[in-house]
Amino acid sequence: MIKAILIFNNHGKPRLSKFYEHYTEDTEQQIIRETFHLVSKRDENVCNFLEGGLLIGGSENKLIYRHYATLYFVFCVDSSESELGILDLIQVFVETLDKCFENVCELDLIFHMDKVHNILAEMVMGGMVLETNMSEISTQAEAHSKMEKSEAGIAGAPARAVSAVKNMNLPEMPKNINIGDISIKVPNLSSFK
Amino acid sequence: MALKIVKGSIDRMFDKNLQDLVRGIRNHKEDEAKYISTCIDEIKQELKQDNIAVKANAVCKLTYLQMLGYDVSWAAFNIVEVMSSSKFTYKRIGYLAASQCFHEGTDVIMLTTNQIRKDLSSPHQYDTGVALTGLSCFVTPDLARDLANDIMTLMSHTKPYIRKKAVLIMYKVFLKYPESLRPAFPRLKEKLEDPDPGVQSAAVNVICELARRNPKNYLSLAPLFFKLMTSSTNNWVLIKIIKLFGALTPLEPRLGKKMIEPLTNLIHSTSAMSLLYECVNTVIAVLISLSSGMPNHSASIQLCVQKLRILIEDSDQNLKYLGLLAMSKILKTHPKSVQSHKDLILQCLDDKDESIRLRALDLLYGMVSKKNLMEIVKKLMLHVDKAEGTTYRDELLTKIIDICSQSNYQYITNFEWYISILVELTRLEGTRHGHLIASQMLDVAIRVKAIRGFAVAQMATLLDNAHLLTGNTQRNGICEVLYAAAWICGEFSEHLEEPMQTLEAMLRPKVATLPGHIQAVYVQNAAKLFATVLRKHEGETDSQAAQETSQLLIDRLPLFVQSANLEVQERASCILQLVKYIQKLQQKNVEVAEEVTALFAGELNPVAPKAQKKVPIPEGLDLDAWINEPPSESESEDEKPKAVFTKEEHKHSRSRHTEVDEKELARRREARKQEQANNPFYIKASPSSQKVYDAPGVEHIPVVQIDLSVPLKVPGVPMSDQYLKLEEERRQKDKAERKKKEKKKKREKRGKGRKADSGPESEEDIRPAHQVDIVTEEMPENALPSDDDDKDPNDPHKALDIDLDKPLADSEKLPVRTHRPEVLKSPAEDRVHESIPQETKKRSGKEKKEKKKGKEKDRKRSKEEKKKKKHKEVEEELLESQPEEAVQSEETKEAAAPPTSAEASDLDFWLCSAPVPPAAQEETAPSSAAAVDTSSAAALESEPDEPKDAEPEDTKSSKHKKKKQKKEKEEKEKKKKKRHHHHHHHSDAGGEDSVQNGTVEEEEPLPPMSNYSLLAENSYIKMMKEDADQVYDIQGNHQDESKVVVSVIFENKSDSFLKSMEFNVMDSLNSKLQRPEGAGPHDSLTVPFQLPPGVSNEARFVFSVQSIVMPQKLKGTLTFIVKSDESSTHEKLDFKLHFTCTSYLITTPCYSDAYAKLLESGDLKGSSLRLEGISMPFHHLLARICFHHHFSVVERIDSCASMYSRSIQGHHVCLLVKTSDQTVSIDAKCDEPSLLGNVLDEIKQTFSKC
Repeated sequence: MIKAILIFNNHGKPRLSKFYEHYTEDTEQQIIRETFHLVSKRDENVCNFLEGGLLIGGSENKLIYRHYATLYFVFCVDSSESELGILDLIQVFVETLDKCFENVCELDLIFHMDKVHNILAEMVMGGMVLETNMSEISTQAEAHSKMEKSEAGIAGAPARAVSAVKNMNLPEMPKNINIGDISIKVPNLSSFK
Repeated sequence: MALKIVKGSIDRMFDKNLQDLVRGIRNHKEDEAKYISTCIDEIKQELKQDNIAVKANAVCKLTYLQMLGYDVSWAAFNIVEVMSSSKFTYKRIGYLAASQCFHEGTDVIMLTTNQIRKDLSSPHQYDTGVALTGLSCFVTPDLARDLANDIMTLMSHTKPYIRKKAVLIMYKVFLKYPESLRPAFPRLKEKLEDPDPGVQSAAVNVICELARRNPKNYLSLAPLFFKLMTSSTNNWVLIKIIKLFGALTPLEPRLGKKMIEPLTNLIHSTSAMSLLYECVNTVIAVLISLSSGMPNHSASIQLCVQKLRILIEDSDQNLKYLGLLAMSKILKTHPKSVQSHKDLILQCLDDKDESIRLRALDLLYGMVSKKNLMEIVKKLMLHVDKAEGTTYRDELLTKIIDICSQSNYQYITNFEWYISILVELTRLEGTRHGHLIASQMLDVAIRVKAIRGFAVAQMATLLDNAHLLTGNTQRNGICEVLYAAAWICGEFSEHLEEPMQTLEAMLRPKVATLPGHIQAVYVQNAAKLFATVLRKHEGETDSQAAQETSQLLIDRLPLFVQSANLEVQERASCILQLVKYIQKLQQKNVEVAEEVTALFAGELNPVAPKAQKKVPIPEGLDLDAWINEPPSESESEDEKPKAVFTKEEHKHSRSRHTEVDEKELARRREARKQEQANNPFYIKASPSSQKVYDAPGVEHIPVVQIDLSVPLKVPGVPMSDQYLKLEEERRQKDKAERKKKEKKKKREKRGKGRKADSGPESEEDIRPAHQVDIVTEEMPENALPSDDDDKDPNDPHKALDIDLDKPLADSEKLPVRTHRPEVLKSPAEDRVHESIPQETKKRSGKEKKEKKKGKEKDRKRSKEEKKKKKHKEVEEELLESQPEEAVQSEETKEAAAPPTSAEASDLDFWLCSAPVPPAAQEETAPSSAAAVDTSSAAALESEPDEPKDAEPEDTKSSKHKKKKQKKEKEEKEKKKKKRHHHHHHHSDAGGEDSVQNGTVEEEEPLPPMSNYSLLAENSYIKMMKEDADQVYDIQGNHQDESKVVVSVIFENKSDSFLKSMEFNVMDSLNSKLQRPEGAGPHDSLTVPFQLPPGVSNEARFVFSVQSIVMPQKLKGTLTFIVKSDESSTHEKLDFKLHFTCTSYLITTPCYSDAYAKLLESGDLKGSSLRLEGISMPFHHLLARICFHHHFSVVERIDSCASMYSRSIQGHHVCLLVKTSDQTVSIDAKCDEPSLLGNVLDEIKQTFSKC
């Protein structure tokens, strides 16, 4: 079982949090902080597994994370999950995001948290891995956005125009926070089909 | 209208959407909280509007704020509103918000039941999907109960997208509503063989998750999973299954044996590290579960260790970490194999990655021996000095202590060294583990008597230098050590050289800054020391010194009397008064030492931590009973119950108390005395425990002379190192001595024969420096064996510990809403409504009865057995003549359940047929043989004999075995029932006495049927082809194209190694071998494994076929390299692959109502076949058709049966088989006449062969 999926940036700002067990908002924030604290102090070239923090689950749980440029992707899992498998799943997740957002960067995640949630929901459901095939995940995500567009129809047009206008005068918006080299692969780990 | 919508949306286009909110928060970095609170106010306004779009937008923003830690539960109702929007976009926003912030305590959840149900049955798959996803996050027991049936229906949805989600969510439903597990399980099991890999994976996922918590209930699925494991190519599924087997093997060692070979093959063949790692892990689990005396598996262990070493040596830190993790599992059972990699593990201790260091530390625990303990600990001590983080340092500290104290200090040869290590550890600043060191010191000092003198000296030094430990900070955990030091110095003060000095140190004013409990120990032990000092000065003419001591105490103790800590205060004032009194006596020159010492006489023995719990409750003692009559809460209330309960009862209870006569009392008193004498906890009147001091053996313990030229007391110099040197010298000396002795021996023995040279110094040769007798911890006599499983009573999985093999009762059916038409009939229900001929029903119903009786009888195997049997026979006859309905209701109940009891015995059968390694077989020959017999007998007995029942559950792996059994059994049951069904009763329980009766029947068994036929063979290799039974229908993706999977077993018959096997087939227009992308149409496929001599392995090849109406023949070649020690040659083998039309048929269950409809529809064209001279029994005939031609029996009446199968392209094939007098006529119908013709030809051929 996956207990939680967290995405936060290098400063510990949450970009997405999905808990598959109920915690109060305060505890959730504490968990994010604690996880960030644990993960951020690790070097770049150390292993991607961590014994879980105190707040979430205790000794049975593990934190499995990957660090892409400005973002940390952290999965908190219990002993029934394969460590290397989850590591690969994170890769699949990021690659899917990259496909859906076309060169994903941190800003995409910041402004489209809902979309990220929807993509994640096609991959992990209620803490269990639903789909590991990237093309299947992105097909479903695309189908969703297609439906969204068709529903918005003409009514959505003005809103889209306005949001385009709003986005125009944003010179301060840094464009270069790319998620970076997503092709980091665990050696010898053949990806799941 | 459109204009209105546009206008409405223009109105709200200046509303803040999610992006605006995010942007705003980013622009208000300084006053974020204030900005967000205005936003929340806006959101509240938006939620009040009627426009659902505005509401959805607001809810979307709330979801974002929730992530930032804002409580949004106040908007729960609005979220429900948005969830119920008809637009997918809004619905999705609602469900997302709900999944993020709803939980069991959210009260509006109960409003959602109907909405969710509506969404689940929505015609749009994405509505259903979104509802399932959302529900998976917030399902409550109520929702689970109300929706279980709807979700179960969705498990058979036409869209795989919905199916897989429905399957996955069932796990959550089970957790919240355990009653749903049993009714839903058969369908869940069906999904394991779903054509869609995603659904299959989801089902595997759910069952694995269930089985992990309660593995024993899922053992019967092992054959199915085994088949999946050998057939699946999805690494996720494989990993899950392999992990599951890891959980199952401890329960069933036979399973482990069966697993070893395929797992080893996988380890050799796979290129995915994740899979390799899990395989190794499961092999380890298997090896652990098998008893250790299994020489055959040393190869497997070696393989695992080897592979793990490769992982650990890898530059990838992740693999290194996992390698170490798995290594620690091997360590528990096979420490020897791991110990040879000590170098590697010590190397990992220097890794820069803390996770890896921690794992390496875990491993060290098992690597120590008497020989290397000192060395390893020295290394760890160096790390302690270097370690920067306190967490890691604390971890090191606990590990050092763990390593040293493991299995009762087994590896410590020199306790002086250990005490010095502990003393050195006290210099760690800021550690949390002071109490750990303290308890070790206490433990060693108490239990290792020979070390007490040394320990006391060291502790005295510690007390003297207490200021170094307490340092500046009060909360320093290390001061706990002083607790131990003070106690040891006080308790064993007779070993002290300078008790006066220590007493002084313990009464320093600074002590008052220590925590209360330590001060209390100080005060108490100061009194003990005082007694020792007095005794020392006894007999001296000048009592000056003794009096000075009293004065010292009287001066210093008032400080403690003023302590805020109650315990300290009480002890101090007690002792102060005592000392004052003693001083008075001293002044009168009275000898007091003896009496003061007597105050502290007696030794405290170590008591096991669990001892208290283990004291058995004496017979007749009821701890819950009232000692006195319970006090009544109020007079008036007391009156009423007395009136309600009868008086007699009251009297009775009282008489129990009073009727104990004098004799009884005396007896009890005697017994109590006896018990007290034996009870180590009871403080006896005489100080008999004094004897411990003069126990034999202590005096003549050789205590090594410590080289005192090394200054012991200088703080800061690691003392333990000297022991290392000392130890080395000692060992060298020992060795030299031993060599001398051996030489002598050799000289003596020379005449007798040469003795093998004693190689390197072995474990046992190391003589401990101290002949220590380690006092074991005391346990009460006749303590109960440990049986306290600390299971968490709140574990939600406990509720799921449900026997899945029991037949389903009516009451267990999931609540079905009756006012809504069922979309799909559940197979269970279908079966009930089926128009099965009454005769069959009656028979099976009766048999069920019979079985029940059998069990009952076993329970009371008494003299009356015969009588009863008679009686039962009568009963049975009565039953037979009963009206049909009664039997039928019985049948209904039973039929609704899957025949899982049979499956359990199938498991036995499956396991017994496992290739058991010869040595193991020898070992267990008699018992396992018996097991085989009984279990197969049980399998024969217990399977219900409805032919149609078996098909849906049939696992492909055990198909032919099961069928065989079933047919046999069916026949037997009939006969037995007529003749001697008492045999049947016995064998049902699997008793040994009845094995013969169960198996040796007049009915000849079905000839074994194999799916595999010889494909080609030469002197090197044998190829066996399985009839393409793994057929995947993926019509949906490719029009007019279907895929057939062919399994080929390659067996190496030579003594050489076969490698680089390449498989190639000449494609025809119709059938093509599926090659990887980019490969040309004539390229060959590499077989993904190599074959060592005598090994066989199975490979699968996928062919795409366009038309399936005609049989196909394909020519192919296998090329391979034969590698022997001297040479390697290239060899080749030609073969012909024959695709029969049968191989395009998939065994598909069909219910008789559907079957009847199909025949009525008139779309099918008929054909018929007559077979003459068939002498085999009808059920054999059916079994053959089912097995070889992939049909399933729909219905069978006497000597007439209807059968069904479906082709991979969806053609229906129906057969009506009738037999009379060696003549079999088959009437067949199919929507594709040429296919039918070919299938009939093939059936004819099958029967002409025998």
